[in-house]
Amino acid sequence: MSNFKSIGKDTKKIDALSLATGQPMFVDDVSFPDTLQIKLLYSPHAHAIIEDIDTSEAEKYPGVKMVLTYKNTPHVPHTTAGQGWPEPSPYDTWMFNEKVKFVGDRVAAVAAETEEQAAEALKLIKVKYKVLPAILDPEDAMKDGAPVIHDEPWITGAYNPKKNLAAHIDIRVGDVEKGFKESDVVVEETFETQYAQHTPIEPHVTITYLDEYSRLVIRTSTQVPFHVRRIVAQALQIPVQKIRVIKPRIGGGFGTKQEIILEEICSFVTLKTGRPARILYTREEEFISARTRHPFKVKVKIGAKKDGMLHAISLYALSNTGAYGTHGLTVASNAGSKTLPLYNKAENVEFVSDIVYTNMPVAGAYRGYGATQGYAALEQAIDMVAEKLGMDPWELRKKNHIKAGETSPIFRALGEGREGVTQYIQSCALDELLEKGAKEIGWLEKYGRPKRNGSKVRGVGMSIHMQGSGIPLIDMGAATLKMNEDGSFNLLYGGTDIGTGLDTVAAQIVAETLGIKPDQVIVYASDTDLTPFDVGAYASSGTFVSGGAVLKAALKVREQILEVAREKFGEADSKDYILEDGKVISPKSGKSITLSEIAYDTLYVKNQHQIGAAGSFVSPYSPPPFAVHFVEIEVDEETGEIKPIKYVAAVDCGVPINPNLVKGQIIGALVNGIGYALTEEYHFTSSGRMTNPNFMDYKIPSTRDLPEIKVILAETYEPTGPYGAKSVAEININGPIPAIGNALHDALGIRLHRSPYTPERVLEAIRKSKEKKLEPVDPE
Amino acid sequence: MKVKYIINGKEEEYEIHPGEVLLDVLRRNGHTEIKGNCYLGTCGACTVLIDGEPHTSCTILAAKVNGKHITTIKGIGDLNNPHPLQKAFVETGAVQCGFCTPGTILSAYALLKKNPNPTDEDIKKALDGNLCRCTGYVQQVEAVKFAVKLLKEGKNE
Ligand code: FES
Ligand code: FES
Repeated sequence: MSNFKSIGKDTKKIDALSLATGQPMFVDDVSFPDTLQIKLLYSPHAHAIIEDIDTSEAEKYPGVKMVLTYKNTPHVPHTTAGQGWPEPSPYDTWMFNEKVKFVGDRVAAVAAETEEQAAEALKLIKVKYKVLPAILDPEDAMKDGAPVIHDEPWITGAYNPKKNLAAHIDIRVGDVEKGFKESDVVVEETFETQYAQHTPIEPHVTITYLDEYSRLVIRTSTQVPFHVRRIVAQALQIPVQKIRVIKPRIGGGFGTKQEIILEEICSFVTLKTGRPARILYTREEEFISARTRHPFKVKVKIGAKKDGMLHAISLYALSNTGAYGTHGLTVASNAGSKTLPLYNKAENVEFVSDIVYTNMPVAGAYRGYGATQGYAALEQAIDMVAEKLGMDPWELRKKNHIKAGETSPIFRALGEGREGVTQYIQSCALDELLEKGAKEIGWLEKYGRPKRNGSKVRGVGMSIHMQGSGIPLIDMGAATLKMNEDGSFNLLYGGTDIGTGLDTVAAQIVAETLGIKPDQVIVYASDTDLTPFDVGAYASSGTFVSGGAVLKAALKVREQILEVAREKFGEADSKDYILEDGKVISPKSGKSITLSEIAYDTLYVKNQHQIGAAGSFVSPYSPPPFAVHFVEIEVDEETGEIKPIKYVAAVDCGVPINPNLVKGQIIGALVNGIGYALTEEYHFTSSGRMTNPNFMDYKIPSTRDLPEIKVILAETYEPTGPYGAKSVAEININGPIPAIGNALHDALGIRLHRSPYTPERVLEAIRKSKEKKLEPVDPE
Repeated sequence: MKVKYIINGKEEEYEIHPGEVLLDVLRRNGHTEIKGNCYLGTCGACTVLIDGEPHTSCTILAAKVNGKHITTIKGIGDLNNPHPLQKAFVETGAVQCGFCTPGTILSAYALLKKNPNPTDEDIKKALDGNLCRCTGYVQQVEAVKFAVKLLKEGKNE
């Protein structure tokens, strides 16, 4: 490993300087003459039928070009989830519908010369609603006689829409009932996680126009350009061939841009008017109408033997998918498939999930993708098992976690909304991570010994995690690579860098394979006309899947270069050539030739051809990255405030291709997770309207909230990944809820069953625990 | 009405509507290097320097700063001659999606002008108004410290 030239180096992110100097790189940094501005009208009701909608006044308003409603737009059932095809999410959505299903559902759109005119015209649209009873609580959704949210006959792909069930999962391995009976201790608890939003600082934005051949061009802030093309073609019933999707630089996504929610409207306006069109979400729209994280209620039951070996685990996840079922099935699957294999010593395992429709904001993909919600419950219950056994939870985890060479039946039983693919773990540094992380936080000295200073008490907590690297046998990426006269290369690939640095990783993989510098690779990505296919940026697939495709293309190009060199050197069957510093060197004969010379020769002189190749990558493997989190918190008993003091994230993502970028992924996810654990949550009125759709009232972490953060990388070599790498984008968002929850228990002996751990909830839990202790004496 | 600004050292004259905020006027006139759209002063992505002081341009009326000096990220360095802060952000991996970066760097720039030897706490305080969802801030703080070092070594400025 040590002789890598580009892998494992902190190559500067190739777009960083351009971004840091303010070049026009984002969707909305470029404007087109005569662009129509689109504004949307949203339902004020959680559940209603539009009895009448009168747009005549709006249409007459100065500057208004067109008004869109369900009356004049195509009625094609589709899903907004940008996933592989056929999609695992139900076709339960129309572009506009006469039935609105949550506060924030789309009612109409106005396209006008200016944003102001569009906004004014919206006010002139008269809508008569017939308000229907709404379901705001997921538990109510399944009750007999509950209002049916998706009662339209055209819905397909949902499990049982009449029962408001978007999806249902039921998998069993062994016999859990028997397993619990055979266990010496059993813990059964329920944990709830809340509505939250991704809040990329760049909101969703789309610009569409017709090119000089009258083809539709969609310039959009997306994680899934190829899915955008496919789904817009479907929703508008136009050929894929007529559409080009371009993804420029994207201002973060975290899952919310794995949705097709503006592109079809913008495209429709452009196709109808022939003019460029633009929609830019406001921050408020981003909160109320874009996607959120599925709130879960997870019932976890764990049985263990006296010696600390887990014997039976059952998870029941009630997932609230909101008004539409986008990502409902697959997010819930991941709550089991990305958590349960971690404890593969338990022979009896069951995972059951109901994914219900409610008249609440639409949930979707969010970094962590169900694993976050699963771990929130599982990793706190593990601590509770340890407590019952009188064992250190660190020891308990050491005994039970999955190891290299092992498997879990869950991998096969539970895939992405269908059967999965058996996985044997090939690289796993959990043991090392457990040791190093514990040392860094001072676990042995601190755990079980809370430190008090006045009203402030310190405690420590931990959790362990796995995720995946892409979806096995589903996610596919492709790349093409071609050589230029100066020994530089154009890499054209479908991989979708949304700020993660994937384009830089791709350049490093090419550079390593061809013995050049990363800056000799010109990367162009995610343009459906110019680059090959890729499913896009999700499921921690970037480095593993897209990077895997890049490696394949580069290896083919390498072979072509060697072929030319062999001929030049007159060494027909030499196998030991070295590519380095832009040269091919024959160690035996000492001959060498530069890549530039090879390029000139093959392009202009002899046996002329373009050195270049395409590579596709799809894998039966999805090697999990692993992480161990430790946190020390300080909780103030008087105010209820929790302050993380130090956070240790010990991570195994195989060979870190670019350690600086890896560190950025780890800390970024971690801090997002801390926000989710402590402050971030949607507040609603009793009629389902979100009341805090802005950064003042929905508090995401800022610099002042940072604990001391320590990242530990345990390097393993993953044989199925490009240059030993696994993906790392999501896993570290999963730790803060359970680790901080466990630390709170260490500090005060209380446990919160609902995140975020706000001061009010902490105080309430303190009060309750005191009451409990006093009960026999003072039953008040 | 018309306003005049000196933007990045160059005088510019714009037609504005009263009531328009500075962010919209500047972006409309090609200064797309200024980001942000919360319009509440809460994300910091629209930060510019007005007479050297960092301000969220979404909360300032364009008319109110008539005649003032405005500095955007383009005013402190460019691709060929980046400011040490820009270099440091690149070096330390502090730029992920880069959408928050111009605002964050300008806040740091204003800090270093006043306080060339900031502590970690000073840096965190100066960047507190610049939300970043990608980096988790740690590398940004490291970047500012690295820029302090570069400045001391006498690179640029
Ligand atoms: S747009 Fe100005 S602070 Fe967010
Ligand atoms: S780098 Fe993406 S918001 Fe800061």
